[in-house]
Amino acid sequence: MQTAVPILHEVSYLEYKGKYKGLFSWILSTDHKRIGLMYMYAMMTFFLIGVMLGLAMKLELIAPGRTIMGPQTYNALFTVHGVIMIFMIVIPGLPAVFGNFMLPIMIGAKDVAFPKLNLLSWYIYMTGSILVICSVLFGNGIPDTGWTFYAPYSFKTGTNLLPAIFGAFVLGFASILTGLNFIVTIHRMRCPGMTWLKMPLFAWSLYGTAWIQLLATPVVGITLVLVALERIFGIGVFDPALGGDPVLYQHLFWIYSHPAVYVMILPAMGAISEIIPTFSQKHIFGYKAIVASTIAIAFVGYFVWGHHMFTSGMSGTAQYTFSILTFIVAIPSAIKVFNWISTMHKGSINPDIPFLWAISFIFVFMIGGFSGLVLGALATNVYVHDTAFVVAHFHFIVFGGVGFAFFGAIHYWYPKMFGRMYDKAWAKIGWAFFFVGFLTLYSPMFYLGMMGMPRRYYDYLPEFHAANILSTLGSWVMAFGLLIIIINLFRSAKNGAIAPMNPWNGKTLEWTVPSPPPTENFEDIPVYGEKDGPYEY
Amino acid sequence: MEKEKHHIVPYRVYFYILLALITMTFMSIGLVHINLGGYSVLGALIFSTIKSTLVLTWFMHLKFDEPFLRIMVVFVILVFAALLFITYLDYFFR
Repeated sequence: MQTAVPILHEVSYLEYKGKYKGLFSWILSTDHKRIGLMYMYAMMTFFLIGVMLGLAMKLELIAPGRTIMGPQTYNALFTVHGVIMIFMIVIPGLPAVFGNFMLPIMIGAKDVAFPKLNLLSWYIYMTGSILVICSVLFGNGIPDTGWTFYAPYSFKTGTNLLPAIFGAFVLGFASILTGLNFIVTIHRMRCPGMTWLKMPLFAWSLYGTAWIQLLATPVVGITLVLVALERIFGIGVFDPALGGDPVLYQHLFWIYSHPAVYVMILPAMGAISEIIPTFSQKHIFGYKAIVASTIAIAFVGYFVWGHHMFTSGMSGTAQYTFSILTFIVAIPSAIKVFNWISTMHKGSINPDIPFLWAISFIFVFMIGGFSGLVLGALATNVYVHDTAFVVAHFHFIVFGGVGFAFFGAIHYWYPKMFGRMYDKAWAKIGWAFFFVGFLTLYSPMFYLGMMGMPRRYYDYLPEFHAANILSTLGSWVMAFGLLIIIINLFRSAKNGAIAPMNPWNGKTLEWTVPSPPPTENFEDIPVYGEKDGPYEY
Repeated sequence: MEKEKHHIVPYRVYFYILLALITMTFMSIGLVHINLGGYSVLGALIFSTIKSTLVLTWFMHLKFDEPFLRIMVVFVILVFAALLFITYLDYFFR
C-alpha cells in the first residue's frame, strides 16, 4: 500500500486558523472532524442529563411506595430519559461522532461528499434536541407517554407532548441527511484501489446503517406528523373513537423503530470489528462473512418489528410470522460474534483498554442477544412482555451494546482525535467500576421481570425489594465508573502525553496520518495495491 | 462527464403522462365508492404504484439513468411492498 505521506508542515484540524475564530471556527466549520467532535460534545451533555434522570428513577425504586417522587413525575422521567437516550444519543451516536470523524479518513478521502449538508445535519440535530428539551421546560407538564408515544394516550394526555414529537420528527431529518451523505461518500470517494471488499468493516457498518437511516426514518416522521394531526385536529387515523386503529400506530412506529435498533448496533459492531483485529494483531477472521452479516442484519431487520407487538391484539398469522423472522435476524448477529472470537484465537493479544471494552461488549451483547430470543419466541414473550425483563434486555443491547462500543471506540480513536493519550490506569479503573456497576444494575431486572414486576411503575410489591436495592446500588457504582472515565478523557485532552501516529499498530488508513489529523487529512490520496487490505498483519 | 447523454423528451409524452396521472387519481377516488372490503386498499395501492412508476420513469428520468440506479429503486419498492405485505398479515387475519 502506498501509505499517505504525513503532512508535518500542515497544522492539525484542532489548530487550523480558518476564516473564523473562536466558537465560530467550530460552529461554521464544514470539516468532518470538527463536526464529529461537535456532535460528541452535544451528545455527552445530553447523555449526562439522561444518566441523571436514570439515576433518579433508580433512587425512586430503592424502596416500595413513594421515595423521592410521585407516579406522574416518574412517568415524565422515564419518558424524557427514553426520548433523550434513544433519539438524541443512541441512534445518531456512533455514525454522527465516529462516522463523521473517521469515515472519510478510513476510505482515503479528504471530507464527506457534501460537507455543507453535513454541517446542516448538525444544526438540524441541535434544533430537534432543543425542541425536546423545550417540552420539559415549558408548557403544561412534562410528556408522560414513554418514548414510544403510543396511541391513543399520546393524543389524550394533557402534557406538553407536541414539542417532543416535533423534536423527534426534526431529529429524523438529521439522520436521513447523514445517511445520504455517507452513502454517496462511500460510493464515490473511496481511494483508488479500495474496492468494496477492501473497505474497513466500520465503513461497511456505516454503509448498512445509512441505508436504514434513509429508508426507515421517513416512516416514523410521517407517523409522528399523524399523531400531531390527530392531537390537534382529531383526524381519526389512530383514534378508535373516530374509527381509527391504535395498533396501526404501533405498526408504523416499529417499522422504523426496530430497524433503528440496527442503526444503533451496526456501527457499534463495526467499531468492535476494528478494535479486535488491532488488539489481536491478526487479520480479521471471516471478513466477507462479517460484511454479508452486516447487510443481512440491515435487510432482515426491516421485517421483524412485530415482536414488539405480540400482546397488542395482532392476528395469530402475523404473530408467528414475526416470531420466525426474529429468529432469522439472530443468525447474522451470531456470525459476527463467532468471527470476533475466532479473530482472537491464536492472536497476539494486547489487553489494552479499547480491547477490554470490546470483550466486555461481546459479553453483555451475548446476554442481551440471548434474552432477545426469549422475547422473540411468541410463547415466552407473552409471559414477560412489559415487565422489567424487557428493560433489562433492552439496556443490555442498547446501553451494553452501543454504550460499551462507544466507550471502546472513544478509547481506541482518542489518540487520533485529540493527539493525546489518556491515563490508561484510570481508564482501566473506570472501565472496571462501569462494567461491575452495569451488571449489578441491570441483571436483577431479568429476575424481577421473570417474577412479574411490571415496567414503568414507580411502586412495586414488597417481594421485589431486595433485587431493587441491588439494582440501585449498581446504578451508583456504574455512575462512579462513568465519572472516572469522563474526567480522565476530559483532562487528558489537554494534559495527556503526546500521542504517536499509530499507538495501537492499527492497519487502517487513519493510522497513517498524523495525530491529530491535518485539516485535509491527506496531502496525496493513498492508493491501495492489489495485495493491500485493512487488516493485513 | 463524457458518458452523460442528454435526452429530450417531447412535451407530448409529458402531456400524456399527466393525463394518465389525473385519470388514475379520479379512478382511485372512484374506487372508494365500490365496496371491495379489504381489497380496496390493494386497488388503491396498485393505482399509486403505477402512478409513481410513471413519475419515476419519465419525470425523474430513471428511464435514461444507469441500470444500477434502476435496480436500487426496484429494490426499495420491493422492500416497501414486503413491509405492506407483512402488515396485512395482521389486518387480513385479525
